[in-house]
Amino acid sequence: MKLNGSQIVAEVLLENGVDTVFGYPGGTVLNIYDALYEYQDRIKHVITAHEQGAAHAADGYARATGKTGVVLATSGPGATNLVTGIATAYMDSVPMVAITGNVPRNLIGRDSFQEVYIAGITMPITKHNFVVRSIEDLAPTLRSAFAIASSGRPGPVLVDIPKDITAEVIEYEPAAKQVPEKKSYIDGDSLAKIAEVINKAEKPVMFIGGGAKTSGAGELIRNIVEKANIPVTHTIMATGLMRYDMPENLGILGMHGSVIANKAVDKADVVIAVGARFSDRVALSPGKFAKKATIIQIDIDQSEIDKNVKTDYNVIGDAETILANLEKLIVSAKHDAWFEELGSFMRGYPRSMGGDKLHPKDIMDILSDAAGENALYTTDVGQHQMWAAQYLHHVNANNFLTSGGLGTMGYGYGAAIGAAVGTGREHVFHITGDGSFHMNMNEACTAVSYNLPIITVIVNNEVLGMVRQWQTTFYGKRYAASEPERKTDYAKVAEGFGAKGYTCRTNEEFKAALEDAMKNGGPAWIECIVDREERVLPMIPAGGTADNIIYE
Amino acid sequence: MDKKYISVLVKNHEGVLARLSSLFCQRGFNIDSLNVSATNDSSLSRVTITTSGSEEEIEQIIKQTKKLEEYVGIFELEPKDSLIRELLIIKIAQDAGNRSSLLELATIYNAKIIDISVGSIVFELAGKPAKIDSFIENLKIYDIMEMCRTGVTAIQRGNVKLVK
Repeated sequence: MKLNGSQIVAEVLLENGVDTVFGYPGGTVLNIYDALYEYQDRIKHVITAHEQGAAHAADGYARATGKTGVVLATSGPGATNLVTGIATAYMDSVPMVAITGNVPRNLIGRDSFQEVYIAGITMPITKHNFVVRSIEDLAPTLRSAFAIASSGRPGPVLVDIPKDITAEVIEYEPAAKQVPEKKSYIDGDSLAKIAEVINKAEKPVMFIGGGAKTSGAGELIRNIVEKANIPVTHTIMATGLMRYDMPENLGILGMHGSVIANKAVDKADVVIAVGARFSDRVALSPGKFAKKATIIQIDIDQSEIDKNVKTDYNVIGDAETILANLEKLIVSAKHDAWFEELGSFMRGYPRSMGGDKLHPKDIMDILSDAAGENALYTTDVGQHQMWAAQYLHHVNANNFLTSGGLGTMGYGYGAAIGAAVGTGREHVFHITGDGSFHMNMNEACTAVSYNLPIITVIVNNEVLGMVRQWQTTFYGKRYAASEPERKTDYAKVAEGFGAKGYTCRTNEEFKAALEDAMKNGGPAWIECIVDREERVLPMIPAGGTADNIIYE
Repeated sequence: MDKKYISVLVKNHEGVLARLSSLFCQRGFNIDSLNVSATNDSSLSRVTITTSGSEEEIEQIIKQTKKLEEYVGIFELEPKDSLIRELLIIKIAQDAGNRSSLLELATIYNAKIIDISVGSIVFELAGKPAKIDSFIENLKIYDIMEMCRTGVTAIQRGNVKLVK
């Protein structure tokens, strides 16, 4: 079958089970869009307001569905606008294929209109990237891109295609999807030895990260934790992998983690890290992290072993496979004394800084109750993100999409669009702050065009809360550039976009707004006015330890 | 700090050098020299890295490099089991006054004269990095007009073969 390069792009997408693409057209991808027009019965294209939104949408789609997200953009600014979205996916190990057009081959390297070397730009933020140099390479390159993106530790892959290649015609031979083998190899220290260490532990703690979620190891972790009576703590990336109300779940570890989780790791004699990379937001002082513990690390990426924190034992491979083997070697245990010791550190999150405005915890509680257990949430970055991580009633790790590694303000709306399109859920809840929301609120037009049931909850304290909180604590209340004095009328702007808008000052107003928005079904913005003095607590300052926790 | 030598075999793809140097630069690895060369297998290149990084840093260099799609092999070269060589080309200002002493020095080091012009002489010296350092050191009393050294390239001693 003779096809042109653009039709081959569409065919390889179909080979890989892609039925949805997020993107934005432009000069060098016109041929590809012409093919998408032809294939519209099989491939749905979602146009966003901005390529960054499309990249976040592909990311949100991937996180919510477990499939590889695909984003398409034109050359030059189209491609550079993807950069933040690609980096976000890279830092959180999300499978994504980004396809960019480029100028025709005879114009490459001549500073042509909308020419940029996007492969060079994205080298450090992709798992791998390609420039397609001939039509013969096109299909094999795209196939490898999908295989690389989803195999091992997933990540984004970019494929840059010069425009003339998208018009060239060649014989197309269909190929089956390359299903990446689940990396089940086990390499490292012996599981028997590790099990022995765990079985002898008096104060064990399990510490789980995004890799545990990606691997699908949630159930095994639950089993092990229950069987051996091990308290478990998690990174932001593994939020929801253990139910929020599970007795063994100590909550988040690290900078804004719970007191009990941080104290537990500090006092533990054995720490078992699964799919976690000991980032600076978790191991704030790497030399003092779990200083009394024998540390066991399980990770699929060998470069994560000993990268930030020196471990005593490690196993490299798929967490689910490793834990399935380890589970058999772990004996039932009771650690009553250990739980009793930890109990003394059990203090809830400080409820509020006062004020008669809406309280962040109330917002998250009301939202959790209204949205129900299986609700899907996305967040932006800052205080609201931490409150959402701390207070929402998390029961499923695939239901909390947040930019953990890169910390991308403006991630949430695009991610919500991708999640809504990908899952077809009745509602998707996008929690944002007034700072983050100003970055990409333009995506409201996308939510309206496709009538996506995205309910945006804006936690509005009228300041850049996280920045301001640091200035309050560490910079003598010198609020440089964190109080922008914006006068945005969110309800009006929402209406201007064609969405519903609400403003809430009390719990009752918020409940009513949520109810109304959920009944209406379409996109809505609900502004919740909170006090600017609200802080995210507890907090361990950068470089600190469990001894430096700020409670209030 | 002692210099360490790492040998990397990579697929000879476009952009592989950029990818390696981007990785080293991003992660802040201390690279003293980086030499890329063809091998007896035209699909592979050998990159020889000289670093004065710590053990931890070398471990990370190795682990991160292994993640590259073009990665084929990587190992640290133990100096006692390896042939580690570098090439120097150095141009010195010369006249009748210093010519004979320069030639004497070149003889001691076994350096080749590859150009002599009115006012300058160019030496070529291949050898272990320490020998090159020492030659340059001894030439410093003269006017060094320009010089370049290739960076280290190295292979293991004995019957080790290049295998993919």
